[in-house]
Amino acid sequence: MSDHISAGHAPGRTFPRQDAPSKALGAEKYAVDHYGEGLLWAGVKRAGVPHAKLRSVRVEAARREPGVLAVLTAGDVPGPNRQGVVRDDQPVLVEDKIRHCGDGVALVVAESREALARGLAAISLDITELPGVFDPEEALAPGAPLLHEDHPGGNLLLEGRLQKGRGAAALADCPFVAEAVWELPRQEHAYLETENGWARLDESGAIQVIVSTQTPHRDRLEVARALALDPARIHLRAPYCGGAFGGKDGVTVQSLLVLAAMAFPGRPIKMWWSREESMIAGAKRHPARLHYRLGADREGRLKALAARLVYDTGPYDHLGGVVAALGLEHAGGPYRIPHVELLSQAVYTNNPIGGPFRGFGVPQALAGMELTMDLLAGKLGMDPLELRQRNLAGPADASPAGVKLAGVEGLRGCLDALAGHDLWRKRAAWQSQAGPHKRRAVGLSALLHAMGYGPVIPDEARARLVMLADGRFRVYSGVVDMGQGNASTFVQIAAEVLEQPAHCFELRQPDTDEVMSSGSSSASRTTYTYGNAILAAAQILRARILREAAAILGPRVKPGDLRLAPGEAVHPGLDAKVPLRQVAERLSVERREAEYHYVAPTTQEPKAPDQTLALHGFPHAVYSYAAHLAAVEVDELTGKVEVLGYVAVSDCGRVLNAQLLEQQMQGAIIQGLGYALFEDFAAPRGRSLTPDLATYIIPSSLDAPAMENIFLQSKDASSPLGMRGAGEIGINGPLPAIGNAVARACGIAPRRFPLTPERVLTALGQLGDRP
Amino acid sequence: MIRLTFSLNGRPVRLRTAADKRLVDLLRQDLGLTGTKEACGAGECGACTVLMDGEPRLSCLTLAAQAEGRELTTIEGLAPAGELHPVQRAFVERGAVQCGFCTPGMALSAAALLARNPSPSAQETRQALAGNLCRCTGYQKIVEAIQAAAAALEAEP
Repeated sequence: MSDHISAGHAPGRTFPRQDAPSKALGAEKYAVDHYGEGLLWAGVKRAGVPHAKLRSVRVEAARREPGVLAVLTAGDVPGPNRQGVVRDDQPVLVEDKIRHCGDGVALVVAESREALARGLAAISLDITELPGVFDPEEALAPGAPLLHEDHPGGNLLLEGRLQKGRGAAALADCPFVAEAVWELPRQEHAYLETENGWARLDESGAIQVIVSTQTPHRDRLEVARALALDPARIHLRAPYCGGAFGGKDGVTVQSLLVLAAMAFPGRPIKMWWSREESMIAGAKRHPARLHYRLGADREGRLKALAARLVYDTGPYDHLGGVVAALGLEHAGGPYRIPHVELLSQAVYTNNPIGGPFRGFGVPQALAGMELTMDLLAGKLGMDPLELRQRNLAGPADASPAGVKLAGVEGLRGCLDALAGHDLWRKRAAWQSQAGPHKRRAVGLSALLHAMGYGPVIPDEARARLVMLADGRFRVYSGVVDMGQGNASTFVQIAAEVLEQPAHCFELRQPDTDEVMSSGSSSASRTTYTYGNAILAAAQILRARILREAAAILGPRVKPGDLRLAPGEAVHPGLDAKVPLRQVAERLSVERREAEYHYVAPTTQEPKAPDQTLALHGFPHAVYSYAAHLAAVEVDELTGKVEVLGYVAVSDCGRVLNAQLLEQQMQGAIIQGLGYALFEDFAAPRGRSLTPDLATYIIPSSLDAPAMENIFLQSKDASSPLGMRGAGEIGINGPLPAIGNAVARACGIAPRRFPLTPERVLTALGQLGDRP
Repeated sequence: MIRLTFSLNGRPVRLRTAADKRLVDLLRQDLGLTGTKEACGAGECGACTVLMDGEPRLSCLTLAAQAEGRELTTIEGLAPAGELHPVQRAFVERGAVQCGFCTPGMALSAAALLARNPSPSAQETRQALAGNLCRCTGYQKIVEAIQAAAAALEAEP
């Protein structure tokens, strides 16, 4: 741990969130708040069919609409017209093949929103519909319609396999085997700020872009490649996002906006997807089918696990392979199991796009494991908490995926904390107090979550920190703040090292002209990676300031004699002070600027079974841990499930800012509660039935229980900050914890989520039967 | 085009606008008051909430023409310039702000709640916010902040 950080001036618990006042006042400018003189509106015609040959786009009527300035199609795209981070398989505008209803087929630029709407409505398509494929397992069958004829694996985007010991064969030796196929829904991010951006081609030939994104530097490269532009021409700024959760990890409006801007030099262009467009065209959490078989001996020791995870990735890669790889790494949970066989697949379909969403494939995988654990506990007649405690991996063990789980003792602490919690200890009494036609039960889940990019893609940050001429400081945030508060934490870290109060800092949001790439705001890496970089940059600047202040005080004064205080450097022995303004005046601009390139730790252990899996991020070096408890009440007459109590015990290493950490956990838990109970982006045969917030239901204030969050803080030696990732782990817990509680209350475990009243009633009606 | 006269954040406003202009567009695009957010355009999320004669109103479902003769308060006018309303202060201090996109609508709904019910219970607070969706916070800190703001307002002389 750093010397300065613990002796810091502004203790983490109370450091004020820097963006809160401007956001509460309505003064903060998001991407969507940019308009401008002479504004033009750009919008996209969506395909509306899931699979078709596109013969032509009829644009003439649209071009005749008053106020419509241009209608562009694939032929107007100057470059290869391909987007995608791992496999660039997504066109900016469809050339000849439509692969899902949300595909863009034409771009309209108009003088007003009204003219834009008329223009879009006037476009018609000449298409020949193709047979579609809407179930990932059917998509793998021989003869299934192909999404990408040029993909060597057919509809199988990525497959990862891991085996340990005798694999599935060892199940035959297990006296107790739990077996289930779990179905998890497609979850919509439903961030309040829908996908949008603003762009303008200026006189110098530079293209100014302001966009709601998690990945400004990568976007710039993606857009430049798709449109055959020099990336240096694209100046991209990423203000605070109005939510993102992974849905803005990758290009949304960017290429389209730049295409429109190129067509109308000097004019500001705005693209702002409606809620319905965001629902239809935006990425979703992958629906998953999880085949689990888990075996134990008579003492309840786990002996064998066979799992197959099938992720419906929709029509494009969009990091779907990376999602499936992270799911694979977590598929066996945090347990010691000698014989393991894991298979994870990401499969192309004509359904909505699957993509990154907080948790990134892990909520599905851990749901499969943790729900099956409770089935097994039932077969064994064993307490589910005891089953988890008995089988938890130790520091010397590898996970079922073969990965060493550094810090896994913290998870034992989390489980022990739940064991001692009143909601667990006194559950029998609480359950017996259920009213008429109500049933109560308590369920658990044990969780882990990896941080960062894995062994191949460098997980690095280049922090920039500047001392201003007046002795104050400017922190450059190099990684987008989509609402987590990481930008504020960067200031906090610098403030602690430099021992200055918050008001002595300016804060800049990511700008490709001002900061080098520090990677995406994702993978629970943001505070960890950039935070460690800003910590080191602040230490460099601190040393320079103390050296210069010592020089001002005379040749006999050493930098080590000084300390920093608000606005000054102080020599306690001599009772002398040097204002920081004076120090700044004596430092050159270059020396007032500190940069630090930090690379997060990685592991090659175990070596990935193939290079493809390593490229997709397997394995990871740093994990966080948690255990969740949900106390639910089921209404026997309506099937409604209410969560009455929720406890999460998390170990994410050292807590930098308790308020921000609680924000992350509370928000993740309620997103997870929605995932468990009612969120389901229904799209039978690829067509959305839930394109708005009246049909796609996210939790409201009345659905969210009060939560108790407890944080253990084991020492983490993997980086100077002593912390681990915390943005995602919280969403892994609610679905299995609530699912296990409902199963206990009903006496049978519903296999399909979310647990709508209909499904719960069905489970209650089929007591004793297989659902 | 129609002529409109109304009060906006305590100041008289006279302007001409299209008869079919939505209030949210008038505020955001024409008047530059981008603190009012739009997140669904269909009255489902509450992000575009403004106060009309002190009552919460969804500006995406309101025509600008309906502001005629009314007193309108947007988030920019909830507190005097340079100050925070007790609800805003509590949101800041209690960690009720994350991405912040629901915050203006949420704060205006909360201010209206406290104006009619100075000491709401947690359940009453949750009911008053049921039309304001938030995807980041899980609502807990928002409810706590509003309760704290109620206490602060009660303690004021």
